[in-house]
Amino acid sequence: MEWEAVIGLEIHAQLATKSKIFSGASTAFGAEPNTQACAVDLALPGTLPVFNDEALRMAVMFGVAIDAEIGRKSIFDRKNYFYPDLPKGYQTTQLFHPIVGVGHVDIELPNGKHKRIGVTRAHLEEDAGKSVHDKFPGMSGIDLNRAGTPLLEIVSEPDIRSAEEAVAYAKKIHAIVTTLGICDGDMSQGSFRCDCNVSVRPKGQQELGTRTESKNINSFRFIEKAIKGEIIRQIDLIEDGGRVEQATRLYDADKDETRSMRSKEEANDYRYFPCPDLLPIVIDDDYIEAVRQTLPELPDARHARFMDQYGLGDYDASVLSAYRDMADYFETVVASAGDAKLAVNWVMGELSKFLNSNNLGITDSPVSAEGLGQLLARIKDDTINGNVAKQVFEAMWNGEGSADQIIEAKGLKQVTDSGALEGMVDEVIANATSQVEQYKAAEPEKRGKMLGFFMGQVMKASKGTANPGQINKMLKQKLDALCD
Amino acid sequence: MSLDRSDVEKIAHLARLQIDEADIPEYTENLSNILDLVNQMQSVDTSQVEPLAHPTDAVQRLRADEVTETNLREKLQTVSPAVEEGLFQVPKVIE
Amino acid sequence: MFEKTLAELAQGLDAGEYSSVELTEAYLSRINAEDGRYNSFITVTPEQALAQAQAADATRAAGEAGAFTGLPMAHKDIFCTDGVRTSCGSRMLDNFISPYNATVVEKFNSAGAVCLGKTNMDEFAMGSSNESSFYGAVKNPWNTDCVPGGSSGGSAAAVAARLVPAATGTDTGGSIRQPAALCGITGIKPTYGRVSRFGMIAFASSLDQGGPMTRSAEDAALMLNVMAGFDSRDSTSLQMPIEDFSSQLNQSLKGLKIGLPKEYFSDDVNPVIAQQVQAAIKEYEALGATVKEVSLPNTALAVPAYYIIAPAEASSNLSRFDGVRYGHRCDNPVDLEDLYKRSRGEGFGAEVKRRIMVGTYALSEGFYDAYYKKAQQIRRLIKQDFVDVLADVDVIMGPTTPHPAFKIGEKTSDPIAMYMEDIFTLSLNLAGLPGMSIPCGDANGLPVGLQIIGNYFAEQKLLNVAHMLQQATDWHRMSPITAASAGVSEV
Repeated sequence: MEWEAVIGLEIHAQLATKSKIFSGASTAFGAEPNTQACAVDLALPGTLPVFNDEALRMAVMFGVAIDAEIGRKSIFDRKNYFYPDLPKGYQTTQLFHPIVGVGHVDIELPNGKHKRIGVTRAHLEEDAGKSVHDKFPGMSGIDLNRAGTPLLEIVSEPDIRSAEEAVAYAKKIHAIVTTLGICDGDMSQGSFRCDCNVSVRPKGQQELGTRTESKNINSFRFIEKAIKGEIIRQIDLIEDGGRVEQATRLYDADKDETRSMRSKEEANDYRYFPCPDLLPIVIDDDYIEAVRQTLPELPDARHARFMDQYGLGDYDASVLSAYRDMADYFETVVASAGDAKLAVNWVMGELSKFLNSNNLGITDSPVSAEGLGQLLARIKDDTINGNVAKQVFEAMWNGEGSADQIIEAKGLKQVTDSGALEGMVDEVIANATSQVEQYKAAEPEKRGKMLGFFMGQVMKASKGTANPGQINKMLKQKLDALCD
Repeated sequence: MSLDRSDVEKIAHLARLQIDEADIPEYTENLSNILDLVNQMQSVDTSQVEPLAHPTDAVQRLRADEVTETNLREKLQTVSPAVEEGLFQVPKVIE
Repeated sequence: MFEKTLAELAQGLDAGEYSSVELTEAYLSRINAEDGRYNSFITVTPEQALAQAQAADATRAAGEAGAFTGLPMAHKDIFCTDGVRTSCGSRMLDNFISPYNATVVEKFNSAGAVCLGKTNMDEFAMGSSNESSFYGAVKNPWNTDCVPGGSSGGSAAAVAARLVPAATGTDTGGSIRQPAALCGITGIKPTYGRVSRFGMIAFASSLDQGGPMTRSAEDAALMLNVMAGFDSRDSTSLQMPIEDFSSQLNQSLKGLKIGLPKEYFSDDVNPVIAQQVQAAIKEYEALGATVKEVSLPNTALAVPAYYIIAPAEASSNLSRFDGVRYGHRCDNPVDLEDLYKRSRGEGFGAEVKRRIMVGTYALSEGFYDAYYKKAQQIRRLIKQDFVDVLADVDVIMGPTTPHPAFKIGEKTSDPIAMYMEDIFTLSLNLAGLPGMSIPCGDANGLPVGLQIIGNYFAEQKLLNVAHMLQQATDWHRMSPITAASAGVSEV
């Protein structure tokens, strides 16, 4: 039987506010346990929440960016359950009236096709604390520093049909929230986490299968692996005559499998009701318009502009526009080099190669965008050629200085003095009698290709600094003269 | 409307309250009586009435995004029943 | 000295008749000598009180005294007080030394008040008789076999017994007005949002409101001047211009329109109470007011709606008491569930458990619409009743309670009978309106309370209306102490 997977993602993006969603405690990552948990975060008796205006602005910004309905009146609800990382015994969230309603994003698939994925809603809520399990015998330790960090939970429609689509969607949301500057996107610190709802059904069937939820996955690779594994598990289970149990599963990256998680609240009766300590959040069109005015250029728009303005192909444009840091880097290189084509080739080529092999992100690049641009400008003005530029780039990567400093120090300036070049050309021709004879014997239209050997010899003699255009012209003239 | 023992046990579990076996009959009766009282509400047609969650029509005020709290861990944990190395202690959580 | 109101004590301090330290010492020794009879305090804080009194005397000597500088008072043990046990009447918080001050506490501290201690209360403010306190029942100073009302019964009894001239209270369904009525003192529940709830341990967040419990309307105004005001730490706090609640006390009541809801004068009301309330209304007519009958048709629904909304909010508000970060923790929990269930089972008393369970049930899957949503809809109907009537009259009056103070133990086995005592008070909490109770008579030796209800933000009007009656009559001067020493049960 042919099966179809139906997948929906719930993405939790920590909003990049300075203070917590309902208290004035810091949200900075990595502090000593419970040093950033104030009386409100500890849910001391009598404490009350007050809502952070930046969290609101950021949520609205996201809504505007995905072309969503914005809740003019959104309401915080309480989700009641007992868990040690949840100090109040309820999570403040938005069930019935979320800040962001129905919207959508477009994803590009590996086959180059585009697909629209619906976003059901995005709502504000507070993060929980963390449990430390391996430190005390028989006991868990609770750190509430993270409790109260603002989260935007972004819920997709079950429009996703494969692990690859899920990753493309997650990456697109990641690109949007980081471009907007509302989330630092650091998945290793849990700033961007993903719950994957997966079910399978026979292809063509309308009715949905029973779904499982794999929680808190914090890398794109794990999203892909967890979903792939879960689809196979479910299909195998059904084909063996079993049934999928609705359950929350935990993805174990070490074993690359999902396993059933002990339920936080067996009965799962969260007893939602509107939080009486918080009042309705009311915003008007002016507020939304003001936020819209501050939107940076979004990945899709930048993609289109890159193709249009710089003549980039779809693929290059998509890679370069996906992340704000990468796109900004690229545009700085273009501006500094004065040549978009060179910039694309180098950013996508040499730079990416070095970054990947050193496992670095674009913001960690030891070669700045301006520095790379200056290097490319030296290619453009014929100071050096492309091959030499690679040497210079490597030296720049190793911190040996700017492009000009390295070219100067290593004497890599292209030789354009025709007297000097002529000497080298004559010497090469004189020492290559058999190749000259072959050249003379060849059909005139095939001689062009045979220039390569002589070019190589001259470049070698010049230690790569000869201007290739110049020597090409010179060689052709001199060899063709011999043929007459 | 009357509740039985298993309803009371279920509610007590949901609310994480240990109830003495011996007290369950009394709670069952009390809760049933209270539900009878509140069921008087059902006699009124409220289909056209918007629920009222807050007595006044005020809307949420916003707080500026500023860090105003300092580290008061030592003071706040003086009232804590079990703390080790700054972490609140609970019986091991199994996920 | 102990018969003096706050206003009179302030005059004495100003005139140098006594210092704040002397006043404080006198009250502390009176509490020490007398409170064994009433059990109105959970914690007395002599050291802190004397330090505050010394500071107040220094402020006065420097010529910087304000209206409240050096005046003794007490806080209901629901307000968090930094460095002092804040128990909320519960075993759960018997060991809880609050690490911070409630906004109301801060305000009294900054005003130079002297806090003598923390008063007894029903556990987590859930009760109408003060019998649910972990620290034992409070006794009504008029008859120590009777309850003082609740939940602010300790504050009411302490003020009535002249152990303190004034105290703070909180009112979720009548918890200021009902004990004020039963103990013969003056209490006002302000408009929801007037007094900050920050640091006031929550019972039902959308109903809770702090307020003064005093011996006169004039004193209530003095207290409210300190207590009220916007607080940025409470999202439900109202951003209102600061008012001087003492400024309108002496306005003439000529032309005041009083509405008397027919539902508040039903046969269910004790006839002596009804008669005393009518007598007070006659006084108002003598002062120039006019009276008309009005109707609040949904009055009977207030009790059922309240007993869904308040327990629902409470069930969630009290989830934080889990034995992890503070409060009672059971011995040797074997696992997490055991930690929760035993800590909460041992820490909470029967009435609190009952209400948590009712609230949990009302919010649970499948019942939300039938209970919680329904109650919120009825809440709007009840509010609308008041809005309609108050468009037509200035104030609404009636008995605060249907009966005078009942015997300790009389209603403990019948929660419903206890709940019905609040029938006239709790609709105001549902609507968020301000209401007052002032003494207006005596029913066989027990005080009778007149409830005065006003429109939103009409506290000045209420205080004025109450004060004018207290200028014309002496009911607020009734004292269980002088009554006892004179060997008579009536004034």
